[in-house]
Amino acid sequence: MSDPALLKHTPLESAHVACGARMVEFGGWYMPVQYSGIMEEHRAVRSASGMFDISHMGEVIVSGPSALAWLESLLTNRVGKLAVTWGQYTLMLDERGGVIDDLIIYRTGELSYFLVINGACRDLDLEWMHDHLPSDGSVVLQDQGNDYAAIALQGPDAEKALRALYPACDIPKRNGIAPLIPSLVASDGIVPSLVARTGYTGEDGFELFVPVAHGIALWESLLAAGVKPCGLGSRDTLRLEMGYPLNGSDLSRDRTPLEAGLDRFVGLDDPEKVDFYGRKALEQQRSEGLPSRLTPLKLSVQGPPLRSHYPVLADGVAVGETCSGALSPSLGEGIAMAYLPEVCRIPGTQLEIEVRGRRYAASIATLPFYKKPSL
Amino acid sequence: MNVPADLRYAKTHEWIRQENDIIIVGITDHAQAELTDIVYAEPPKVGAEVRAGATAAVVESVKAASDIYSPLSGTVTEVNDALTSNPALLNTDPFGQGWIFKMKASNPAEIDVLLAPEAYTAQIGQ
Repeated sequence: MSDPALLKHTPLESAHVACGARMVEFGGWYMPVQYSGIMEEHRAVRSASGMFDISHMGEVIVSGPSALAWLESLLTNRVGKLAVTWGQYTLMLDERGGVIDDLIIYRTGELSYFLVINGACRDLDLEWMHDHLPSDGSVVLQDQGNDYAAIALQGPDAEKALRALYPACDIPKRNGIAPLIPSLVASDGIVPSLVARTGYTGEDGFELFVPVAHGIALWESLLAAGVKPCGLGSRDTLRLEMGYPLNGSDLSRDRTPLEAGLDRFVGLDDPEKVDFYGRKALEQQRSEGLPSRLTPLKLSVQGPPLRSHYPVLADGVAVGETCSGALSPSLGEGIAMAYLPEVCRIPGTQLEIEVRGRRYAASIATLPFYKKPSL
Repeated sequence: MNVPADLRYAKTHEWIRQENDIIIVGITDHAQAELTDIVYAEPPKVGAEVRAGATAAVVESVKAASDIYSPLSGTVTEVNDALTSNPALLNTDPFGQGWIFKMKASNPAEIDVLLAPEAYTAQIGQ
C-alpha cells in the first residue's frame, strides 16, 4: 500500500481505527476496507443496517441565477424536472461522450443545487466544472468537500436507526433530501447538516452530511444504535450485486453512458432536455451502433471469485475483460461486468471467463444480480 | 495468534508438519487472519512438482487472491478436497482440517531453512 502519509484522510479515521478497521488506499484516500469481515458486513446491510464513511466523496454547491441552465449543459438528464428537495443520479461527460463522473444532484433551493461527486475524481470534476463555468458570475461554484463528514446509513433498519437518533427530522422519501434536524450546526452555522434518502447498495438508506467537527459524534451515535460499521469491501459487493457501475472500474472517459447501459439517465429522448457536453457524440454513437455494451456475467459452474481484468472469451476468442467482479455474498456465485461486443449476445455463443489460465463457462445475467426476496 | 510449537514455518506464512516421510502444508493462523474470509481455495494437483518458495496453491478472500508458496521442493501426494466445498476451514482450523496439501520432499535439507516457532512468532511481531 502507498504510504498513508501521502494519502488523503477522512475526518472519521480515528473512529475506524477504534472499530478495528483494516485500512487501505482507495483513489488516493486512506479508507477502511473492512472491520469484522466483508461477508458479515454485506449481510448486515442486506438484513439490518450498516454504515459507511463516504467523507471521501465531494460536495459541491452550485447556485446563482444561471445555475439551472449551466447544470443542464453539464449533466446528462434534465435537471429542470427536479422540484426543490429532490435528487437524481446523473452523469457528467466530456465532448466525446466519455464519462468524467457519475454523481447525484439534489435541488436544495430555488436556485441552489447540492452535488455529491466521487472521491477519486474530486479534483478532476472541479477542474472540469471551473473550466466550463460562465465568465459572467451568474453561476457560483462552492467546493465544500472538506467541510463535510459524510456517512451512508444503509439497510432495511436504516430508517429505524435514523428516527431514533433524529426524532424531529422530517425524513425524506426515496431520492429526496432534507435538513437533518435538530441540525448539528444550528449554533456554528458553517454548513447545514443534510440527510438524503439515497445510497449505492440496493437497500433503503440514507446519506448523512454533517460538518466535519460533528462527524465522529454521528458515527458513534449510529454505532451505539447498533448500526454495523462497513468498509469499502462490502460497499463494492453490495453495489455490484445491484449492477451499479463504479467510476474507474466500469465507467471511464473511454466509455459512454450508452455503452454502460445507463440510457435512462441520459435525456437524449427528453424533448425538454437541452444540449449538454457529449450529446453529439452520444447521438452519433446511437446512430452508428454501440461498439460494445457493459454486460452482466455470471459463472455457470463452480469457480473462483471473479475480479477485474480477467479475459472474457466468446467461442474461444478473447472479446474483452471483466471490469468489476466478485463472489456475490448473497448468491454465492461469481458475478462480473464486462464491455462486450454485440456478437456475444447471439444465443448459443459460448462465453467463458479465464482465471489464472483456466476457462470457466459463463452466461449473460440480468440485472440486478441480486433481487430482494419479496415480503 | 496461535503458533503451534511442533511445526516449522516459512517466512511467507506457511507451516509444515512432518509425519514420517510425508510433509503436510498449510497456512498459519496469522495468514488466515490477514487474508480474512477465505471463499475459494485452489490446491495443487496430486503428482505436481513444487519448488520451495514457488507458488503451489491459491486462496481467495472476497477482496483478493493470494498465492500460497510451497515451503519445500518435492512432489504433491495428496490435496485437501474438503477445501473445495468448505474453504472457510482455512479460517476456522488452519493447522488442522484446513491443511492444503501433502508432499514428499526431494531435498530435506530445505527443512533446516524454515523457521522455528519462536522465530516465526518474532517475525509476526507477537
